[in-house]
Amino acid sequence: MGPRPCPNRGHSSREAEISTQTAVALEGITKRFPGVVANRDIHLSVTKGHIHAIVGENGAGKSTLMKILYGMQRPDEGEIRVDGSPVSFHTPADAIAAGIGMVHQHFMLADNLTVLENVVLGSEPRKALVALDLGAARKKIKQISDAYGLGVDPDVLVEDIGVGQRQRVEILKVLYRGARILILDEPTAVLVPHEVDELFDNLHGLVREGITIIFISHHLDEVLKVADAITVIRRGTTVASVDPATVTARQLAELMVGSELPSPETRESTVTDEVALEVKGLCMPAETGGRPLLDDISLTIHRGEVLGVAGVEGNGQAELVEAIMGIRASTGTVILGGKDITDWTTLRRREAGVGYIPEDRQRHGLLLEAPLWENRILGHQTQAPNTKGIWIDRKGARADTRRIVEQYDVRTPGIDVDAAALSGGNQQKLIVGREMSGDPVLLIAAHPTRGVDVGAQAAIWDHLREARAAGLAVLLISADLDELIGLSDTLKVLLRGRIVADVDPANVTPQQLGSAMTGAGEAA
Amino acid sequence: MTVPDTFTNRLLGRVKLTGLLSLAAPVLAILMAGLITAVVLVVTGNPPIETLTLMIDYGSTPRSLTLIVNAATTYYLSAMAVALGFRMNLFNIGVDGQYRLAALIAAAVGGAVSLPGPLHILLIIVVAVAVGAAWAGIAGLLKARRGVSEVISTIMLNTIATGLGAWLLTQWAVPVAGSNNIGTKPIPESAHVPGISLIPGAPNKVFGLLLLAVLVGIGFHLLLNRTRFGFDLRATGRSESAAVASGVNVKKMIVWAMVISGGVAGLVGMPQLLGSSYSYSLDFPAGLGFTGIAIALLGRNNPVGVAFGALLWGFLDTSSNILNLHKVSPEIITIMQGVIVLCVVVAYELVHRYRISAEQRRVSRELSAPAQAQVEGAGV
Repeated sequence: MGPRPCPNRGHSSREAEISTQTAVALEGITKRFPGVVANRDIHLSVTKGHIHAIVGENGAGKSTLMKILYGMQRPDEGEIRVDGSPVSFHTPADAIAAGIGMVHQHFMLADNLTVLENVVLGSEPRKALVALDLGAARKKIKQISDAYGLGVDPDVLVEDIGVGQRQRVEILKVLYRGARILILDEPTAVLVPHEVDELFDNLHGLVREGITIIFISHHLDEVLKVADAITVIRRGTTVASVDPATVTARQLAELMVGSELPSPETRESTVTDEVALEVKGLCMPAETGGRPLLDDISLTIHRGEVLGVAGVEGNGQAELVEAIMGIRASTGTVILGGKDITDWTTLRRREAGVGYIPEDRQRHGLLLEAPLWENRILGHQTQAPNTKGIWIDRKGARADTRRIVEQYDVRTPGIDVDAAALSGGNQQKLIVGREMSGDPVLLIAAHPTRGVDVGAQAAIWDHLREARAAGLAVLLISADLDELIGLSDTLKVLLRGRIVADVDPANVTPQQLGSAMTGAGEAA
Repeated sequence: MTVPDTFTNRLLGRVKLTGLLSLAAPVLAILMAGLITAVVLVVTGNPPIETLTLMIDYGSTPRSLTLIVNAATTYYLSAMAVALGFRMNLFNIGVDGQYRLAALIAAAVGGAVSLPGPLHILLIIVVAVAVGAAWAGIAGLLKARRGVSEVISTIMLNTIATGLGAWLLTQWAVPVAGSNNIGTKPIPESAHVPGISLIPGAPNKVFGLLLLAVLVGIGFHLLLNRTRFGFDLRATGRSESAAVASGVNVKKMIVWAMVISGGVAGLVGMPQLLGSSYSYSLDFPAGLGFTGIAIALLGRNNPVGVAFGALLWGFLDTSSNILNLHKVSPEIITIMQGVIVLCVVVAYELVHRYRISAEQRRVSRELSAPAQAQVEGAGV
């Protein structure tokens, strides 16, 4: 059967009896911040040697829960039991002493030190009180690395190793400090697909040796692939514990948002034969010489068409977007609605009706410390209703911000709060609303739903579909293959700065697309 | 990486504080500074309360009040010039050289021509603005074209301005009557700006160009908050990467911001030149550009805040004159000013942290209130 409801207090006390198998148990955990309940009556029971996934939308309370478990926050109510005995953590050091370690999403490694130095940093083994006993540390690291199959070489510099390997160093760091229970916060967010597979192999290796893993994610497919048990958090409380063998990604997503879920599918074509954007022979040399970042890119987008660009990150997507936006210099021709805009500035391109949803919304799309209505003006500084001549039209901008907040369901108490106070999904909805304003002819959407929760994702897809039906041309860059296949009318695959394949999204599977992205399909 | 919410950004006031909190920080800072100064006074064997009373008594006489306003007028212009750069992440350390060179050349031009009153004044001011703008513009161009840090180039330009000024003065100088000082040819009466009797009962008058400082403050506010240019400037200061993506030509903005900052800096010497000395001589006040940096920090680059900061500085400077007579070293004031700046840095950081968490709590509270009710309702 599908999901079953989370056990209530009565059930969980029965579960507590089999505490020999339970590595971590949370009972009725509640955490209040002034005026808001971050966690409410959380029940969680993690079996020893399991990979236990915790899934939930952004802002559902996953991170607060993990902070409580890792000793960074103290719960107001409830009990934490590790290996059956109640514990009370005041600092992360207490949690580490109890065998709980955390691997953060963003690596905390010093690039210019070796793996060995990074691992011992902060808990250096001493010889005769003063000297560093690196020999013993090296031995211990090798031992741990071999025992769990991590394949970490202690003597290479961290700056010389890849992202996947760095993550293994982070895991090793925690194991070195004696952790038996690992918390992994969004571990796959920084990894490319084959690194994800390697990570999962490592995780299986760890649990085989008796380590327990708590895995936080909102990539449901990955969770289903790797987890032995799944707990869903919604609005601060655990709403279900499900068995990954009997639940689909869709059911899981519905549990997360608490409602029926839309899909990215758009099948009825709205493509016209009117060309909105034409790019011819776009090239961008690498600053350091060598392989060009963009190599002879040509593409055409019609009104009402979504052109998706697939590719492993770092193969020229960001450069393509910035070249079309006029942010980075490139050679070649860019024609927008019949006009050659190759020499235009970014501002002029925006004025001509190019909307831009940047890949990194916090760095490129928002002024975090400015109120929402000022963020409405950003990128549209020269356009009504934001400005009149050289003057900012405060009234116009504010009124239009209210419209966006309402139409795009931006959850905010008002338009005078800083953008930084909103959750990622709501920030993104504001950006989407802003870039859709003023009837754009072309929208460049780079990872429009990255890092946003399922609810916001569905809303953003809806808006993209509506605009497409109204004749908007969209250049869609995404790492989410379902999103690409579901939304695009045409798909191109970018590899090492070149377009290597044209794919028909109507009959391609994510697997086929994935292999095309890595160049495996190049020969075919 | 351009994280907007950096320590410098908070320090320079590009991150705003709202409501009463915006007052809390400077008040806190001044109280802390007062306390530390009191300790210093006690250590040096002076009674703190009496010393303060002495300063307040002396500083509140009509004559002193006029002096305070006059000092504050100059400080205000200097701080506004610094603040404009600060709002865009530009550290214009060169206000000092900009205003001295501007005042010198404007004084020389003013002394060399004769025009009807208002036109004469206007000419001198325009020359000063142009010189200040051009001098700062060099640093702007260097940064935009060659990536030279404006901190380095403006400091160097200060030194060059000192040398260039000394040389120009020897070229144009005439002896100042009754001393061995030399200065530019005195500006004819047509360009003297009459003082205003603002403080009742004061024997002296405040600078007529106080009005210019007020206009600069209003202009600063309008430019930054109400114009597209100001929006682009603030956006660049808050996040350069976001500004670039939004179509702002950052290099152009750097040059313009430096030019405008230098133009305002050019005004710094004007109240003194046109309201009191009428000539640029060896004893023309120096170092006002650095005072401006401290006051811009104290006032968080906000036109109103800076006005209070300038008045406070004017009060401290003016009332320190009385201390010598009572055998208290006036350097105690320099200590106090230094401590205020340090305390400001600390206090703004404290208040900022409080505000960020308060804002986040407020937003999540207001958002969770209906959602909470919904969940509770569904649970029944």
